[in-house]
Order: sequence, then C-alpha cells, then structure tokens
Amino acid sequence: MGTISLKNISKSFGSTQVLNNLNVDINDGEFLTLVGPSGCGKSTLLRIIAGLEQQTSGDVLIDNKNVNRVRASERDLAMVFQSYALYPHLTVRRNLETPLRLRDYNAFERLPLIGNFSPSKKEKTESINQLVNKTSETLKISELLDRKPGQLSGGQRQRVALGRAMVREPVAFLMDEPLSNLDAALRVHMRSELSELHNSLKTTFVYVTHDQAEALTMSSRMAVMIDGNLLQLDTPQEVYDNPSSLSVAQFVGSPKINIFKGTADSGGTVGFLNVNLKRKSSESNTDLHIGIRPEHLEITNESNENTFSGTVAYRENLGSDIFFHVNIEDGSNKIIVRGLPQFTHQISNGSSVNIKRVSDKALLFNQAGMRVQFTNA
Amino acid sequence: MEAKQYIGEGWKHAILIIGAIVVMLPFYMMVSMSLKSQQEIQSISGGLIGAQETQTFPVCVKTGYSEETCTMKPYQYNYWFAFEKAPIPRYLMNGVIVTLSIFIIQVLVALPCAYALAKLRFYGREFVFSMVLFCLLIPVHGIALPLYVMLAQAGLVDTYSALILPWTISVFGIFLMRQFFMTVPDELIDAARMDGMGEYAIVWKVMLPTAIPALLAFAIFSVVAHWNDYFWPRMVITGNRDLFTPPLGIREFRGGIDSDEFGPMMASIVTVTVPLIVAFIIAQKRFIEGITLTGMK
Repeated sequence: MGTISLKNISKSFGSTQVLNNLNVDINDGEFLTLVGPSGCGKSTLLRIIAGLEQQTSGDVLIDNKNVNRVRASERDLAMVFQSYALYPHLTVRRNLETPLRLRDYNAFERLPLIGNFSPSKKEKTESINQLVNKTSETLKISELLDRKPGQLSGGQRQRVALGRAMVREPVAFLMDEPLSNLDAALRVHMRSELSELHNSLKTTFVYVTHDQAEALTMSSRMAVMIDGNLLQLDTPQEVYDNPSSLSVAQFVGSPKINIFKGTADSGGTVGFLNVNLKRKSSESNTDLHIGIRPEHLEITNESNENTFSGTVAYRENLGSDIFFHVNIEDGSNKIIVRGLPQFTHQISNGSSVNIKRVSDKALLFNQAGMRVQFTNA
Repeated sequence: MEAKQYIGEGWKHAILIIGAIVVMLPFYMMVSMSLKSQQEIQSISGGLIGAQETQTFPVCVKTGYSEETCTMKPYQYNYWFAFEKAPIPRYLMNGVIVTLSIFIIQVLVALPCAYALAKLRFYGREFVFSMVLFCLLIPVHGIALPLYVMLAQAGLVDTYSALILPWTISVFGIFLMRQFFMTVPDELIDAARMDGMGEYAIVWKVMLPTAIPALLAFAIFSVVAHWNDYFWPRMVITGNRDLFTPPLGIREFRGGIDSDEFGPMMASIVTVTVPLIVAFIIAQKRFIEGITLTGMK
C-alpha cells in the first residue's frame, strides 16, 4: 500500500508563505505529478512528504497513519534528487547497498571489522547482495557496479540514483525533477522508461517537475501549483482540456494558449475582435478573457464573420507542425497558430493570413482569472 | 614567435629557480653540516659531504667513551653521537603522540561543529559562527599565561595532557571545514537522511570522505605547527625530559662541555625534519588525487 494524504498543509519561512492550505490525496500506485513554475512551492511540498522539512501546520498521512512526528528515514519513502546525490566516495554497488545496510544491519553489525562476528550478518549480506543484483539487472547497470559516480555519464548516474531508491522497495517514490540535468534526447527517452518502471513496480510515484510536458506525458494525475496554491488536480487530459483558471491554462500546453480580450453583452453573447461565439457565457455584461489553444486555430483562405486576419511575424517549423506567430491587425495581440506543413509550407514571414477558429474549443475566464462556463455547453 | 615564448617562459623559470634556491639553501646547509666534521664546518670547506676522513673526536672522548669507540668517519660520528647524547627516538615518539593526538581530537571536534555551522538550521547559528571568527583573531601567546595557570591548578604541568589539551579545539579547523562543507550540496545530506543515516553518521560517513582534501590541508597546518612548536612545550614541560618534543630535544645540543658541536646537532635536526617532509610528500600525492564532488552533478 502507498497512499499519501496531505491535509491543510501550510508552510512559511519566516513571514513568507510558501504553501497555502493544501489538500491532496494520492492513491496507491498512482503517478502523481506536482507541476508548476519555479518557486511555486512544489519541491517544498515534496520535502514535507519526505520528512526533510517540517510543515508549519497540517497533517501528512501515509497509509492513513499520521507521520508528522516520524523521521524521514522511518517513513519508508525513497527519493530521487535532481543532482542524483550519489555518495561520491563510494562505488555504485556501495551506493545501492547503503540504504539496505542502514535498514537491515543493527548498530553492532555496522561496526567495522568486529561487526562481522555477528551470526546473522552473513544472511543479511546475502539478501542485500541479491536485492542489489536484482535492481541493477532491472535498470541495466550491472556492469557499472564497481565504478564510482564520478566515472559515470549523466544518464548512468540517473539510473543509479533510481536504483538506490528502488532497492528498498519503499511504499512510495518521491522524485524531485530527476530528469532536468539530462540532455533533451535522453530526457524524452527517460520519460518512457520511468513510465514503464512505474507500470512494472505498481508503486506510488510523486514526481515534481516544472516541465509541463513531463507532467502531461507521464502522470496518471497532475497537480498544478502556482504561488503556493493548488490550482487544479486532475488527469492530464482534463487539466489540458478543461483548465480551472487562466493561470493553469497558460501554464499547461506548449506553445502557450492564446488569450484574447473580449466582452460578454447583456445576453451573454461573447465577442472578441470581429468574431462572436455561438455559445453564450454564463456571466453577462462583463469583460472576459477568451483562451484558444494554437491547434484550435487554422489558417484559411476564407474571409467571413468567423475569421480574423493578421501578419506572420515568425514561422517556427518543427517538421511535423509549423507554428505561426501572428500579429493581429488591431495590434493588440500576438498569437500562435498551428498549421499543417502540407497546407501552409508556402506561407513565409511577413505574409498576411486569415485565421479561423475551430468551434466549441474556446475557454472563458473572468477578470479574476477564474473559469467561466458556457450556459448551453 | 616561438623563440619569444621561450624567453618569456625562461624568465619565469629563472625567477622560480632563484626562489627555490633561497628556500632550499638552509636545508642544504643542514644536510651538509650533519655530514661534515667540526673543523670542516668551522672553516667552511669540504663542499657538500666533506673529506670523510676517519678521525678521533675529542668531545666524544671527553664524554667518557674509549678512543677506539670515538674513531670513525664524520657522518657516522654525527648521527651516532646525536642518538647517544639525547634519546632522539623518544623525542620523536613524543612528537608523534602529541601531534597525532592533537590532530585526531581536533578533527573529532571540528567536523561536527563545522557540519552544524554549515548545514543545520538552529537559533543562534550566526552568532556562534561569528564567535568562531572572533576566536581566530586571538593570538596564542596572548592567552598562554592564563592557560598555563589553569593547567598548573589542575596539576597537569609536565604531562602529555598539558601538551595536548589546549590545542584540541581548533577554531581554524572549524572555520576551514565549515567553508568546505558549505560547498557540499544539501541534496547529498538529504539523500543520506532518506537512506536512514543519523546526523553523526552523516558527519563521519558522508561529510568526512568528501572532505578528505580539505582535511589534508588542515592536517598539514596542524601537524606542522605542533610538531615544530617550541614555545608551548617549553612552557609546560618544566623538568621531565621523557616528555620532550623534538624541538625541545634539539635544544639539548646547545651549550655544555662540548659547547656548540654543530655536526651532531644538525644530524639531530635532520632526523627531526625528515618525518615531516616524508609525511608532506605522501599527503601531497593524496592532495592531487583528491575525492572530488564531480560525481554530484
């Protein structure tokens, strides 16, 4: 079992409030990602779960037991750090053995030399060796066991750090941006490996990242945190399609969502630029932000009441897609439109284009940044 | 172009060579004088090792040895007589006991202190650290008298404790190790905590091994300072020759019936210096190897 519950967690350093009354329930075997821009308190939250940091108020429950007063080492969690934090003076084998030695040997058996006289030590050493060998085979690091961390590449260190967390078979893994020190290609590769590892271990993963792509690709649920507040906790698809607030919508998704200034009239009809939406807003007579993702805008030859025009400022070719950064004619907005290469390859910087939106995909937010629903949707 | 470079390099080397000669010259004199006879030393002749003529040494005879025993080559005589006249092995052993005890206790105190000051958050930490810095400013000689009085009151004068105790807390060591520990990433310590280590285990099993280069630098300072210290042992060892450290031992060769026989004196100094030089060469090798924190990133 590996459920973790956070109840009303707050944390402040001096007068700075870092975490603001957070409530999260993490299910057994779940891959939960804590995602947010740097400085949003996500690492602090992870450290509170780990027991490395004490919350100012609130409770941490692991398997329904309150662990507020339980030390980090006794919570039976394992953590993977951004810098891997391998012991630089020990070989990979010893790095992997260390958590097991500390858990299995008693104080006497840990003593140098005379500890070997303990009758039960041999058996324990045997089982430690087996666990280390098993883990290193799973992670394909068997041939590295006799090297020191300094002789390993970034990806290899990453695996060893994972291994050190895995050998103990903890109730949950905590990962603090474990991929951010890797190069881009390796990072993408490790994403899939981590997902596979999660599937085979079936253990709870709590994963902290500032990279929304990692959150979207790996997690079963993601928790979006901004400025110490938990804004939304849901499946990646739901967070992407149905963000609860403007900040979440802007944070999740790359390239960023396009935001237009618009208004809702007394009847709830939403208009922006020269376009009116078919669906009606539940809030009327107010200024609104209308969010439309780049893939929900199309470059078109038509020109009617559902299109607006602009000039291409920059063309970003990713091969599979081309993103056009477009200056809208009234000068208020710079938006990003996705185009398929086969239809748009002839469009270059400086050309003027007509843009059409895909219907039923707009998102409404009020002035406070909160989501506004459509009445008939 | 290349020729110019050689000239530039040549200048640098010339200056370095002159510096090296200035530093090495006293050592050359010491070794040379420990090998030559008294006449050669006083007439400044004989080059590095002198003529090495077999002769009878008058001071030796005066001390009460037979003429036959006192007839040998100068280098043999110098070293043999140095060891005959003073219990040099005993002095060397005292030196080892004192410097090692001091160093080990200094490490036992300084490492946990430095760890706490660098990595733990507690009320008053900055104040404690500023006191450490403040203590760095106190000259040893300023507090020598009160220290002596305290040791005398405790009845510790003329014991090993008097030689060791006052040096066991090294603020310099605390400061040096603290500065080094500041560079050790917090995540390494957190990882150790997650693995189940207590704070003391972290100090000895994680911080100590990563701090070997800094510790060696400190060891050189500490060992050299206390091996060569003359001032303090001279104060607290008042009568018991069995507790003499090497520098006190060298003093044995001054004055007396043989007034200033330089050969055996220099021979004793060579014996006292060699262990330090050997220790330094060994430590220097480890210095260069070092355990770096490159495995961290």
